[in-house]
Amino acid sequence: MVDIDLSMVNWARAQFALTAMYHWIFVPLTLGLSFLCAFFESIYVRTEDKQWLTITKFWMTLFGINFAIGVATGIILEFEFGTNWSNYSWIVGDIFGAPLAIEGIFAFFLEATFFAVMFFGWNRVSKKFHLFSTWMVAVGSNLSAVWILVANGWMQNPVGMIFNPETARFEMNNFSEVVFNPVAVSKFVHTSSSGFLFASLFVLSISCWYLIRGKHLQMAKKSIVVASVFGLLSSSFVAFTGDESAYVVARKQPMKLAAIEGLYKGQTKAPIVAAGILNPDKKPGDNQEPFLVEIKIPYLLSLLANRSFNSFVPGIDDLVYGNEEQKIEGVASKINKGKTAINDLALFKQARKENNNKKAESALANFKKNQEYMGYGYLNKPEEAVPSIAIPYYAFHIMVALGTLFPVMFAVFLFYAFKDSLTRQKWLLPLGLISGLLGLIAQESGWAVAEVGRQPWAINGLLPVKIATTNLAATNVQITFFMFLGIFTLLLLAEITIMLKQISIGPEEGVLK
Amino acid sequence: MRNSILNIDKKNNLINSIYTFYRDGFKGMVLGKKLWTIILIKLFVMFVILKLFFFPNYLNTKFATNEEKTDYVLEQITRNASKN
Repeated sequence: MVDIDLSMVNWARAQFALTAMYHWIFVPLTLGLSFLCAFFESIYVRTEDKQWLTITKFWMTLFGINFAIGVATGIILEFEFGTNWSNYSWIVGDIFGAPLAIEGIFAFFLEATFFAVMFFGWNRVSKKFHLFSTWMVAVGSNLSAVWILVANGWMQNPVGMIFNPETARFEMNNFSEVVFNPVAVSKFVHTSSSGFLFASLFVLSISCWYLIRGKHLQMAKKSIVVASVFGLLSSSFVAFTGDESAYVVARKQPMKLAAIEGLYKGQTKAPIVAAGILNPDKKPGDNQEPFLVEIKIPYLLSLLANRSFNSFVPGIDDLVYGNEEQKIEGVASKINKGKTAINDLALFKQARKENNNKKAESALANFKKNQEYMGYGYLNKPEEAVPSIAIPYYAFHIMVALGTLFPVMFAVFLFYAFKDSLTRQKWLLPLGLISGLLGLIAQESGWAVAEVGRQPWAINGLLPVKIATTNLAATNVQITFFMFLGIFTLLLLAEITIMLKQISIGPEEGVLK
Repeated sequence: MRNSILNIDKKNNLINSIYTFYRDGFKGMVLGKKLWTIILIKLFVMFVILKLFFFPNYLNTKFATNEEKTDYVLEQITRNASKN
């Protein structure tokens, strides 16, 4: 038996990250911009002020461009599942089939009906029906995201299923447990609200460009007011849902929490690292200091993780090597149980081949005793259970820093908008101009926290990525990686070029037809 | 009888209105045409070139039946069992 080439695993991961992060440029903008279009149009229908109609049509045009360039980029991820991640695809097919099918059907009907009314329906359907369609696109796009995040949430916290050793598949036995998985719920609310925030920054960014250039001033100011109100509300909600996410992560993925905080030794009354530079030489279990420089806020990590100032937060060393006092089982013990489970599964398979039912039943009974540790059986040493620390740590702190800046920025923009002195704030407008880019950085950082922080697992605790991949040569994946890089770069250039052209045409003429 | 004829007429009118709605919508596109061109090129590249030539479903191309796929995946996930 040939072992899977580890460089193939890394290339497959890099390709998946490239595709998902590229896809993630468009999705949050669609989620948030659809609601902003609905707000603009609602104001138009209520006030009957034609300027709001122009504003609505302009932002709807940019929404349409973003949608057109981004549509179907997520399907590439499914291609990758089938080719690079065939073991994983087979093993989870029964769980992912339902949510992804619902998402596909939902998206198709939504896009074929209400999306068409949104763009083709001006002057052809009543104002109210048009507004209804715009709202349906907004609600529907966000509901469509539910199913993807249900699937992703299941990978982070597999629930509502049993492993069937006869078929080598996880099979869903409780649909509501899968849908209302706490990780999926917290992911959905945090992700969708961060999309609202990003779209608000996008509107702010372009509006600031108009203000700097002295063009379309009324449209820009009105857009800034709506985007700032929505952005301020969204950022408050993002902070609230982020707190909830951290609480869930502390429960379901404590290693991820330890990684994003660079916490090696668990502590009661644990402080949070507000800012700091990691010691690049630090390894689990050694006595080196984890940080070269750090600024800590006392008690806050305990509060974040457990809603109690005095609680214990496990560190990487506690999770890897165990902590008897805190009743934390080390990875070495889990590896032993996992290996026993894999051996029993192999015995079961062999017994089935030999038609030896008694031996098969006995192997199955033994397998069930340790099956929850199965994933650990594939690890060669306890330290393999630790993800990269630098990526989730820095990504988390960048995300939180930006997430703290955004509400302040929205509040300042609102303040000057109500004083009608936005155009005089020469220091503020450039900050607003780059805010869209900052929003994108926060979005991608959030993705890195969620996905790099859960390594080495494809399915948390049950299937490491190195077993989830197909037994292919790395060159196969390298070729398609660079092909994607080329295609994605071209598509992104197309989006930026078309968008910039529409933005320079401006609201009056730049309406999608 | 009269009611059912009216119903058929109504249905035909509805289908006709929907058809006209989409037809005129597509005909009236300006920037939309460019975006649809990009979408169609993208779908062609994705489904005809990438999917067919670079992203075959590994298990479907190697195995004909679910039993064979199960055996293969079980083999993969237990391949180190004897070393344990």
